[in-house]
Amino acid sequence: MISFLRMKAVIVKEFRQLSRDRITFGMVVMIPLIQLLLFGYAINTDIRQIPIAVVDQSQSTAGRVIIESVKVTQVVDVVQRYATVQEAELAIKQGVVRAALILPNDLTQRIMQQRVLGQWIVDGSDTMISSAILALQSMPLTDFDFDIRPQTVKTFEVVLYYNPTRRSAVNIVPGLLGIILTMTMILFTSTAIVRERERGNLELLITTPIHPMELMIAKIVPYIFVGLVQVGIILGLGHGIFDVPINGSLAQILLGTLLFIAASLTLGLMISTVAKTQLQAMQMTVFVLLPSILLSGFMFPYEGMPVVAQWISEALPATHFMRLIRGVVLREADLIDLWPDTLWLAGFTLFGLMIAASRFNKNLD
Amino acid sequence: MSDYVIDATNVVKKFADFSAIDNVTLRVPKGCIYGFLGPNGCGKSTMIRVLTGLLSPTAGEVEVLGLAVPKQAEQLRLKIGYMTQKFSLYDDLSVEENMQFIGQIFGMNSAFLRQRIEQQLITYGLDALRQQRVAGMSGGQKQRLSLACATMHNPELLFLDEPTSAVDPQNRRDFWEQLFDLSEQGTTILVTTHYMDEAERCHRLAIMESGQIRADGEPETLMREMGVNVIEVYAPNLRALKLKLMDCQQVRSAAQQGIRLRVLIYQDVIDPIQWLKTTFTELSKAEINLTRPSLEDVFVCVTGKGRQ
Repeated sequence: MISFLRMKAVIVKEFRQLSRDRITFGMVVMIPLIQLLLFGYAINTDIRQIPIAVVDQSQSTAGRVIIESVKVTQVVDVVQRYATVQEAELAIKQGVVRAALILPNDLTQRIMQQRVLGQWIVDGSDTMISSAILALQSMPLTDFDFDIRPQTVKTFEVVLYYNPTRRSAVNIVPGLLGIILTMTMILFTSTAIVRERERGNLELLITTPIHPMELMIAKIVPYIFVGLVQVGIILGLGHGIFDVPINGSLAQILLGTLLFIAASLTLGLMISTVAKTQLQAMQMTVFVLLPSILLSGFMFPYEGMPVVAQWISEALPATHFMRLIRGVVLREADLIDLWPDTLWLAGFTLFGLMIAASRFNKNLD
Repeated sequence: MSDYVIDATNVVKKFADFSAIDNVTLRVPKGCIYGFLGPNGCGKSTMIRVLTGLLSPTAGEVEVLGLAVPKQAEQLRLKIGYMTQKFSLYDDLSVEENMQFIGQIFGMNSAFLRQRIEQQLITYGLDALRQQRVAGMSGGQKQRLSLACATMHNPELLFLDEPTSAVDPQNRRDFWEQLFDLSEQGTTILVTTHYMDEAERCHRLAIMESGQIRADGEPETLMREMGVNVIEVYAPNLRALKLKLMDCQQVRSAAQQGIRLRVLIYQDVIDPIQWLKTTFTELSKAEINLTRPSLEDVFVCVTGKGRQ
């Protein structure tokens, strides 16, 4: 019933069109490349070099030593020095600095009495910045105070697996696979079918013996290759530039990615059966893309979301892929270990393909 | 199986409240070029879509090539060719690639396909353009390619939806020559048009208006049997005369053509020339001739009643 000759005809045609559409062809390569560099460098959860001001009222050697030790942490960058607290507060309000360290004039005395040494005033509107400064609360002071101040006793010892140096890129790069594939795969397929309709090709196609299922599958296949090229670019560069470890086996990565590509492509097909114009197809793609970026666990951990957001998150293929690919790439898990997500993606693809093929009727009613 | 390639009885197609096709019965004999003449929006394209199974009729029976439509539409698709009104091949593929694509869709194996493409390229004068991308081609060239693709699989029945709307007269002539060649080889062709000269070339013709067939038959028969005489009047003040004539109930219509007025007078007026001269005194010395009716006259006669 299903004819491979007919599917081959569509696949060959699709590849020819793709190779002649320079902009699309360029996007296939440039989107992962640019996004990888942008996200890899820009999204950074371990904050460094927060601009701060210092108000050193003690004017003592101890004060200077403390400021130097704070600088050494590289968390902050001292850009201003003020004489009064009021000036520092104004600077925070104006956004010149994000925080100010105030060392009182009885600093030396405080050191002797083992009291709190100084105070941080922090612009707490960005929680990432405030937690970075909060971490400085109990920082050990270099050299001179170990003798005088007893070291704080830790309740727990923490061991960090898989990303001991806590680099964001390690988590971002595999996640980026999910985002870029969501974006390009859904967009390319949804516009591919809608374009045929817009240009009138579909009216001809539906008077030919081609079966809707054949057309759907054949339209998807070329983009599977496109997706794999993008995966190669992202993981290759991620490994090369950002030192992202690839712990899992390549076969598992390939399998998992193929599963997600298939799911995204079917989603694109479903959009194409609804959208009337390419613009509509693009808008619907954005509609899926935005929650995929925000709710899939790419940017914010799933565990931190409110329950309703978690439900939405569960419905997105990107969420399941995010778990899958991070598990495989970073934790050396395989698809069996992560079977709920594997199963979900496979089910989504099958179900979606059936809906898309049934919605694509070969008539104009 | 009936003797007709297309046998449609009492077909109705409604879109919401609007009847695009209103109780149409159509019989197309094998091997003929059947024309569908009518103004834009009269239901020609809808009729073709119903006959090809793209639209399912609201009521009525449709049988094409002995297959019930739309139920057996999938089987029918192997036997029919369809050339859409709008160019519907791929702009970013070359002539040869488009033909390859269509051939493969119709399940041709590569050896046969190569041979068939050569044949079609020569038949439709496209062999010099084979590597050319469609995007840069002229209207006539695109049209030839469309026909070449629509006939790749040697269809028994060919649907052409306003095939010549984007080409010049010379190309139109050549195109019709090709249609006659196809017809000679036994292909039945259903073609829609709103050009009179084109309609006149058809073996048989149906004139459609507001979803109904107003007249059908051979063009000559239609012209002979339209029930009016065609009179040409050469006289001054044609505009005023026309208005006066239009008020007479004996006159079906009057239309100015340059320095002449073409008047259609019902055949119950026995001697129309004498009648004109006696009724309108200003015409007593004018030059008045009886002429051969044209298809346009037929068209005007049968349509216009339901037009707003």
